[in-house]
Amino acid sequence: MELLGNLADGFFIAFEPLNLGLMIVGVIVGLFIGAMPGLGSVNGVAILLPMTFLVPPTSAIIFLAAIYYGAMYGGAISSIMLGIPGASTAVATTFDGRPLALKGEADKALIGAAMASFVGGTISIILFTLFAPPLAKWALAFGDHELFALMMMAFATFVGLSGDDIPKTLFSICIGLVLSSVGLDIMSGEPRLVFFDIIGFMHGINFLVLAIGVYGIGEMLWTIETTRGEPAMSKAKVSVERVVSNLKEISNTWVTALMASFVGFFVGILPAAGATPGSLMSYGFAKTYSKTPEEFGKGKIDGVVAPEAANNAASTGAMLPMLTLGIPGSPTTAILLGGMVIWGLVPGPMLFIEQEEFVWGLIASLYAANLFAAVINIGFIPMFLWMLKMPFSILAPIIFVLCIIGGFAPTQSMHDVWLMYGFGVVAFLMRKLDYPLAPAVLAIVLGPLAEPSLRQSLLISNGDITSFFTRPISGTFMAFAIFLLALPIIKAVRARSANKGSASA
Amino acid sequence: MKFGKKLLGLGVAAAVGIGMTVSSVAINSAEAGWAPKKPIEFVIMAGKGGGADKMARLLQTVIEKNGWSSKPLTPINKPGGSGAEALVHLNNASDPDHTIMVTLNSFYTTPMRQPKLGVNIETFTPIARMAEDTFLLWVNKDSGITNVEEFVSAAKAKGGDWIMAGTGKLSEDNLLTDFLNAAYGLDMKYVPYKGGGKVAKQLAGNHADSTVNNPSEQEGFYAAGTTVPLAAFTDNRLAMFPDAPTFGELGKDFVYYMQRSVVGAPGMSAGAAEYYQKLFAQVFASEEWSAYRTKKSLQGDLLQGDALMSYWMNERDVHEAMLRKMGALD
Amino acid sequence: MKKAEIVMTLMMAAFSAYLMWKSAELSVGWVEDEGPGGGAWPFWLSAIMFGTSVWSLIRCVRGASLPSQSDEPFMDDFALRSFLQVAVPLGIALALIHVVGIYFSIPLFMIYYMRFLGKHKWPLTLAVSISTPVVTFFFFDIALRIVLPKGYTEPMFYPLYDIFL
Repeated sequence: MELLGNLADGFFIAFEPLNLGLMIVGVIVGLFIGAMPGLGSVNGVAILLPMTFLVPPTSAIIFLAAIYYGAMYGGAISSIMLGIPGASTAVATTFDGRPLALKGEADKALIGAAMASFVGGTISIILFTLFAPPLAKWALAFGDHELFALMMMAFATFVGLSGDDIPKTLFSICIGLVLSSVGLDIMSGEPRLVFFDIIGFMHGINFLVLAIGVYGIGEMLWTIETTRGEPAMSKAKVSVERVVSNLKEISNTWVTALMASFVGFFVGILPAAGATPGSLMSYGFAKTYSKTPEEFGKGKIDGVVAPEAANNAASTGAMLPMLTLGIPGSPTTAILLGGMVIWGLVPGPMLFIEQEEFVWGLIASLYAANLFAAVINIGFIPMFLWMLKMPFSILAPIIFVLCIIGGFAPTQSMHDVWLMYGFGVVAFLMRKLDYPLAPAVLAIVLGPLAEPSLRQSLLISNGDITSFFTRPISGTFMAFAIFLLALPIIKAVRARSANKGSASA
Repeated sequence: MKFGKKLLGLGVAAAVGIGMTVSSVAINSAEAGWAPKKPIEFVIMAGKGGGADKMARLLQTVIEKNGWSSKPLTPINKPGGSGAEALVHLNNASDPDHTIMVTLNSFYTTPMRQPKLGVNIETFTPIARMAEDTFLLWVNKDSGITNVEEFVSAAKAKGGDWIMAGTGKLSEDNLLTDFLNAAYGLDMKYVPYKGGGKVAKQLAGNHADSTVNNPSEQEGFYAAGTTVPLAAFTDNRLAMFPDAPTFGELGKDFVYYMQRSVVGAPGMSAGAAEYYQKLFAQVFASEEWSAYRTKKSLQGDLLQGDALMSYWMNERDVHEAMLRKMGALD
Repeated sequence: MKKAEIVMTLMMAAFSAYLMWKSAELSVGWVEDEGPGGGAWPFWLSAIMFGTSVWSLIRCVRGASLPSQSDEPFMDDFALRSFLQVAVPLGIALALIHVVGIYFSIPLFMIYYMRFLGKHKWPLTLAVSISTPVVTFFFFDIALRIVLPKGYTEPMFYPLYDIFL
């Protein structure tokens, strides 16, 4: 009951006129920043942080949280509309969001994304409210072994994601992992894979450089060629009937949304993991237990709902270790943490006791921001659909320009823009030869999490690989990962024996 | 937000008049002492969310809040290669008058360890040392250790299985770990992580046995009673942790600080250097900055100009000797 | 297609070998007190890349992969022309950013694309190619304070900075 009282107090704070206004502005700003390829919630929060000194800390963090939520919604928009993930958290959304848009069902995908985000956000806020302190303890129990086991599970869930060409899929995963290791190696303190001593490789290869190269430049070249210059993208129309039928179809995906929200939240609260592995894993899970897995990747609404529910759930989850332990679960929360320090708040176990008003104001405003983000996002959908109606020869140069700026903005280095261009051209040529490229993009996201955790674990356990299996949490994850890896084989064997059975009968 | 339609219209109008006004503006500002003509690139020699990043963003916030600079500072993180990328960026800055950087101790060690970069810190423009951050030795409360003596005997008992978490090979944490190993005859295993926050978490979660964090990285856990400081690598005890003796008191004469300084690109004009020195002296004197210094137990006075340069040269020699001892330099 | 796939797998095998060689600059084995060396991760993954490239090559020669079964040329005339018409000018636009900056390079690219590839009328072309950089300037340079590269045209923006920043 005390919880409810606290939460009610929180809502009073969140709905003060100043805070409410900041929340709405924040959501809209976040939506546009998130929709821009190359800019995600981390940029929005980092850039607007200095502007928040004008208001009290509670209002400031409400504003930043609203930007965070807005950007998470916005990331789905560029994934669906342009096929370019606006941030790593929205990679999985492109898998089915883009095909839906090409089929002329962008409206369905966009509404599905908004609804799913809302469900994900709501569920995780409820979990957050009820279980914050015990969950914080659980997050602390996560060491290097556990993190690596989690990464193995993430890889295992999307092993069956792409085409049938096994050597090319493996190649794609490995090249992503290798590219992710470019830059400084913290374990040995040495620069690594700095090609031709070009200084730009020192900061490593940003995930966005590869993603925009592959999905932006590469995809555009592919579209121009395969459609002979003027793609017949079927135009989506807006009508009441369509909205109703869309909503019906989307409401059938509630199981997926629920599952994804839980997965997203629990992965999100783990320090260092963040929203990206959560959204990938829930896509993998949704596909694994679906009755029609072959429809995934061709425009199935579940494929949009799962990652979107998960990444919103995870972004709330990531707030938990930040507030309770002072450990950011994602780069964005790291910046928020920096902001709290500047405002004179000390995140950590004492925050819930010493700064009750702040904490519950934030939780309530997370809830309100989530609601506003869903409503505002749906309100903007007609505008986005209108943009899709532009002739391709106008849309194309605009997308190229967005790619250039998106490649530049995160690191502000022309080196990355050239690299992105190179990746785009090579990706186009490879795609023509049936190389799946999504695994490479996923691998470059997970690589920087997987590699150090593997090496740190091995160093701690003196190279003993069995330590991954003997520790309880890590062992459970590993066993599950192996099961997921074996699943396609079991299915194949079953299918074969079933075939034999029917043939002999 | 700021980017309304009205602004857009203004912008188009302004764009038309660009050519005519260029020359007059340039002349005006030259007469009234140097002032920035465009946004100032504020390079951060570390990643987003870390200690240096937080401080840089605070500096930027203080300057903007008080309107002390006519053009905004635009922070850019360049953590690549232990700051190598940031150093080279400054070294090759196309416009040295508008390029400044927040720096730490890798300012000395990175050019030493990567001579190929061709960076000589003597050519950089000293602007201001804003503070020196401190280091303490931390353990988890569950270990039951309360002083350095108990720490030494516990670490000795565990030998090579005692895990010391730190922020990267040959980083400040690594230097301190080496010092402890040598001074007390220990054999702790040094495991590098990315960033001080992650290191602090390893300790709080009992995945590491000890760390040498800055106060700002551990303060949350310390306040909750999860972690305990055993001793400080400082000249005097810190007001925040009165129970932690200095290593000097314990008979091991070792102090080590992390500089938090602002440096200008090589080839910065004298006028610009003076402008930034004044600007950061103003920040140093501000209420916000002194409050932050107290809260984070930051030490060290303001150093500027030649005094800062001779401080750097001295620190560089100290670090060179330390790295040589570790065998990290040929 | 088959020829192109053979060339691609060979190139990728060569690239993997280069990556292996480059990774080997750091230790690829077990380092005492450091765990796996800095080069181990990329080295062994590159080795797998090399292996899968050879595997792909064998599949291709045997005609087991999809592209090797296709008789279509890798790039027909139209594909090659459209590829060159888009990719090359885009590269030139990137190169121009270093010289005249993003705010002059982008309109040139957009005018080229819309007028000469898209065959749109001049008024529309100019309207879009001028408004895009103006919106970009206010969104990035002013509102978000991400300063985009301006090359040698930087001084032309000083008055704008004076007004808006």
